Amino acid sequence: MNGVHIQNISKKYGSVTALQTISLNIGDGELFGLIGPDGAGKTTLFRILTTLLLPDSGSASVCGLDIIKDLKEIRMRVGYMPGRFSLYQDLTVEENLSFFASVFNTTIADNYELVRDIYVQIEPFKHRRAGKLSGGMKQKLALCCALIHRPDVLFLDEPTTGVDPVSRVEFWDMLDKLKRQGITILVSTPYMDEASRCDRIALLMRSGVCLSVDTPEGIRRSFNKPLYAVRAKNMYPLLEELRNYEGTLSCYAFGDSHHLTLKSYKKDIIHLQSYLKEKGFTNVTIESIEAGIEDCFINEM
Amino acid sequence: MRTLRYLIEKEFKQIRRDRFLPRIIFMIPLLQLLILPFAANFEMRNINLGVIDLDHSVYSQRLIDKVLSSGYFRLTDVSSSYEEGLSAIEDDRADILLEIPADFEKNLSTLSISANAINGTKGGLGSAYLSSIIQSFNTEIGNIMSVPTGPTITSTYLYNPHLNYKNYMVPGIIVFLLSIIGGALSALNIVSEKEKGTIEQINVTPVPKVVFLLSKLIPFWVIGLVLLTLGSLIAWLVYGLAPVGSFATIYLFAAIYLIAFTGLGLTISAVSSTQSQAMFTAFFFLIIFALMSGLFTPINSMPEWAQKVTLFNPIRYFIDVMRMVYLKGSHFADLTHYFFIVCLFAIGFNALAIIAYRKR
Repeated sequence: MNGVHIQNISKKYGSVTALQTISLNIGDGELFGLIGPDGAGKTTLFRILTTLLLPDSGSASVCGLDIIKDLKEIRMRVGYMPGRFSLYQDLTVEENLSFFASVFNTTIADNYELVRDIYVQIEPFKHRRAGKLSGGMKQKLALCCALIHRPDVLFLDEPTTGVDPVSRVEFWDMLDKLKRQGITILVSTPYMDEASRCDRIALLMRSGVCLSVDTPEGIRRSFNKPLYAVRAKNMYPLLEELRNYEGTLSCYAFGDSHHLTLKSYKKDIIHLQSYLKEKGFTNVTIESIEAGIEDCFINEM
Repeated sequence: MRTLRYLIEKEFKQIRRDRFLPRIIFMIPLLQLLILPFAANFEMRNINLGVIDLDHSVYSQRLIDKVLSSGYFRLTDVSSSYEEGLSAIEDDRADILLEIPADFEKNLSTLSISANAINGTKGGLGSAYLSSIIQSFNTEIGNIMSVPTGPTITSTYLYNPHLNYKNYMVPGIIVFLLSIIGGALSALNIVSEKEKGTIEQINVTPVPKVVFLLSKLIPFWVIGLVLLTLGSLIAWLVYGLAPVGSFATIYLFAAIYLIAFTGLGLTISAVSSTQSQAMFTAFFFLIIFALMSGLFTPINSMPEWAQKVTLFNPIRYFIDVMRMVYLKGSHFADLTHYFFIVCLFAIGFNALAIIAYRKR
């Protein structure tokens, strides 16, 4: 009952296309990730699903309720955490939480056990104004406020953007716990490494095209070419040389190595070794690796 | 209703915590009320007078003494010809010239007044003062010489016997303060929620838009009435000014008037997306309303088209009402026509706000 069903949703802002006939089916209690770069229409999709924006065409339902006809009921049943911190900075932590509880006709005490795990972490600062909290604390408070009315579906728009790596991991641990309570969660992120923590993900591309929808494992498996990580002493010239190499299909810089696919790998891999030696690269290592989400994403683009 | 209470509670909390807002709401209006009535005083004093006395008689000396003893003029130049006198005006040593012809005492012949009208108010008022002094001098002379001088005119200023400017500036300034609170601050407040993105979080809650907007307007309505009280208190304590009519009439008008202006603020907030846009739009209206309200220049002396424009200016009506209640003691029954118009503004501006918000 608490799923989200999206059918052929499109939205344009003037001549800019934000979403192009997106269709997604998110099941009851699923932790679903929307992965895509800035400008892929993630926020637009959230705003449509939370009844803040009307789509140009297409239809969608949240908890079986139509986003256009039943907007009042939907607002009672969803929690939304916008990408930008939008709580009252001049109210304290506690005041914000009790304010949002009261506009939903409930109290902190009524739903305390749902937010307890998160709230205890910010409770020492409950008399501090929200504007004076650190980035990670703000996210936790925003999550509490989005949860305080016990929503069935939670929409989180880039909740971890601008949050330090440790807090990001903590945040995803919290989402796991919420999922276990049966809450359907739709979360967007520009970080590919967070995708693996979702049940299923949708890869969105710039101008709002959906590339594929699958489990993170499924998406990784769909990468059907062998992938190599190449390292050498001079990494930047190496990237240029690899791209110039005639057998190269694609090559991208990935942190400490370059990820490479070849046109015909069996033959080219041996040839590449000597090619790089010839070009004067030292400490060359080439190893076969498993594709990550980001590799799939780049590959599909 | 419960939600509205929480929202209003939140609003007051935020206003109180703002480092700047309480000051701007209370300090600035009160300062304006203390400073403006003194500064916006149209009474002219210390007008520089140049005299060209070609007669040098007892009468001419008496006339000059009478002019100087009025307190409005100070003698800054004495010339022996009109040309010389004009150069004093050119050098800014004199604002106004009084020329007494050579046969003044003998024939009581015509005097001439020339005023520098670069500052129109100074020139106009200066020559008016001077004429009236000469007029009364004429009467005196006529009595001595027992020559009939025709009918004399005496005037009585009703409701403000000493023509005290403050008496009619202060009620007007109070009106202007209410307009700023109702129109500009309410608009800025709503737009700031847009700017900070907090309106987004409110929009996904089941709080109806009407309740949200009411929670924004009611605090400013209340603050407006508090300011009216403070303003009246200052008018009484500092200027010894209390309405001849009843406070009930003033508060009734103010209550409706504030609804009209919060409606205007609401409309502005609907069309602006940043605080600077809202600020600019609000000030555009407020400045035009203020300059065309009759607060500084009488509406009757405006050109006819401008007088027609003032018909659409709510400030104009409330200033009239305040002055009438304060100085003349008008009763509500005398003002029903005004009450009807202020109600129309309240309905009109709020209807505009509803249309502007519907469009979004």
